[in-house]
Amino acid sequence: MSRITPRVMGGLAILLALLLVAPALLGGYGLSVLILVLYFAYVGQAWNIMMGFAGQLSLGHALYAGLGGYMAAGLYFHYGIGPWAGMFVGVAAAVAAAAVVGYLGFRFSLAGVYFALLTIAFAEFTRIGFDNWPWTGESGGMFLRVERGVTDVANLRGGPVLFYYVILFLAVAAFVLCRLLLESRLGRYWLAIREDAEAAQAVGVPVLKCKMLAVTISAALTALAGVWNAFYYNNLFPETAFAMGRSIEITLAPIIGGLGTLFGPFVGAVVLTGLGEIFTAVGDKLDIPGIKQVFYGLALLVIVMYRPAGIWPWLAARLGIK
Amino acid sequence: MTGARLELAGLSKDFRGLRAVHDVGFTVPAGAIHALIGPNGAGKTTIFNMIAGVHVPTAGTVSLDGRKISGLRPDKVCDAGVGRTFQIVRPFRGLSVLENVTIGALHRRPHLPDARHAAEAILQRLGLADRRHQPAESLTLPDRKRLEVARALATEPKLLLLDEVMAGLRPTEVDVMVAFLRELNAQTGLTILLIEHVMRAVMALAAHVVVVSYGEKIAEGTPAEITRHQAVLDVYLGEEEVA
Repeated sequence: MSRITPRVMGGLAILLALLLVAPALLGGYGLSVLILVLYFAYVGQAWNIMMGFAGQLSLGHALYAGLGGYMAAGLYFHYGIGPWAGMFVGVAAAVAAAAVVGYLGFRFSLAGVYFALLTIAFAEFTRIGFDNWPWTGESGGMFLRVERGVTDVANLRGGPVLFYYVILFLAVAAFVLCRLLLESRLGRYWLAIREDAEAAQAVGVPVLKCKMLAVTISAALTALAGVWNAFYYNNLFPETAFAMGRSIEITLAPIIGGLGTLFGPFVGAVVLTGLGEIFTAVGDKLDIPGIKQVFYGLALLVIVMYRPAGIWPWLAARLGIK
Repeated sequence: MTGARLELAGLSKDFRGLRAVHDVGFTVPAGAIHALIGPNGAGKTTIFNMIAGVHVPTAGTVSLDGRKISGLRPDKVCDAGVGRTFQIVRPFRGLSVLENVTIGALHRRPHLPDARHAAEAILQRLGLADRRHQPAESLTLPDRKRLEVARALATEPKLLLLDEVMAGLRPTEVDVMVAFLRELNAQTGLTILLIEHVMRAVMALAAHVVVVSYGEKIAEGTPAEITRHQAVLDVYLGEEEVA
């Protein structure tokens, strides 16, 4: 277990201070990149609870983000209910969906890829459902009105700086929450289940209950990311909100950064977003269509080949932490 | 920790028509050490799995201190006071030795520091204290066996089920484990039921032996009685064929 020593604490304090003043130091482009980093760090942290801690592979997390986003955006769009209230509905919807997916999967002991297939199936048929549900605007999408220069915190309307601070808060809160969870009985029970569910049950771990808690907590946090996402981008389409690609991109930061580690999702998000931006720039220079994706894919391949446990465990060892 | 009385009555288990265990009944008094022996495939581990809640018996009951525990989930059986080891060791491989035992201790001590403290004490007793920060997967087989016992004990059971914890140990290591279990039993009154092929350990530990073959109980008695029992000799040495 990573111990949070005074040295690490100091490093974290400096990092947090820098993040707090970042909007004053960075231009519009820099801030938008940092927003992406924090978004992927946050949503990766949420997914990591299920896979990294409890060992349950979900490849359908777009379901929870999509439900969160659609519920909050729909309530605002149709009834003018702001996202601070709407997020509760979004979270409730995601938790309900997660409870169904989790119960079906865990009660009937679907493991590994079979469970993963179930998560994909739920995201897919929710996508098809939303494509045909008039309340969501169907496949034509749902658009939130954009008012330039207006900052309305109550309705989460405003510029990038507002969204930056919201996602920063979420990322920090998720980090602290995961740390607390990991250092609790529930967290240790998750690790035991990840390592060997049958042995865990023999030492008194209520396996089904712990797995259900993992999937619902993970879904609730992911739904908040969805709410943030919907209000940041101001548009939602079933085709993208519940897409397989969306689910996959949620998983990348923790996998690259280090599954089951607290710092992994953040480190992974920095590396992935950084590489993404560099390859976009290189692609623009070279003017070869699709070259960005090729570079990006190769980079992921190289990282996973040489650091299969992720970048963070290796980095932590080099920094002498742990 | 005090011991509980284990009672098996008319216990049977069929796996899709394959009869693994048939009408097995015996009692282990509180604080006693009993052994369950028999050839490979006799149904010993199936009996353990029915006690531990992994299998629901097709017929019959398991009760602990008079309370029926058969049919309960394994974690509920653990709540009731049954600790078990696995024949093929199943440590939480990626976690440290200390974490492995701490997870067992969390069962009765919800706070992590308390559980860790209790786990440290158990590791000390089992001679694993100096390896507590090693990952469990790096342990040698004898140490993994000890880790199984440590993790089960951390749940503070009233009945400890040991499934071949001596297998693969050298004779001197067997003696160390025997001495530990005997001392544990004397100090705490913990009831122990062991499946064992290492007769040296069975003879040294068990006051009473139950023999199963082809899923049925064929004999029970003191170790001395068992070694003279004709049915047992037949099973182990083979019946004389009449040509």
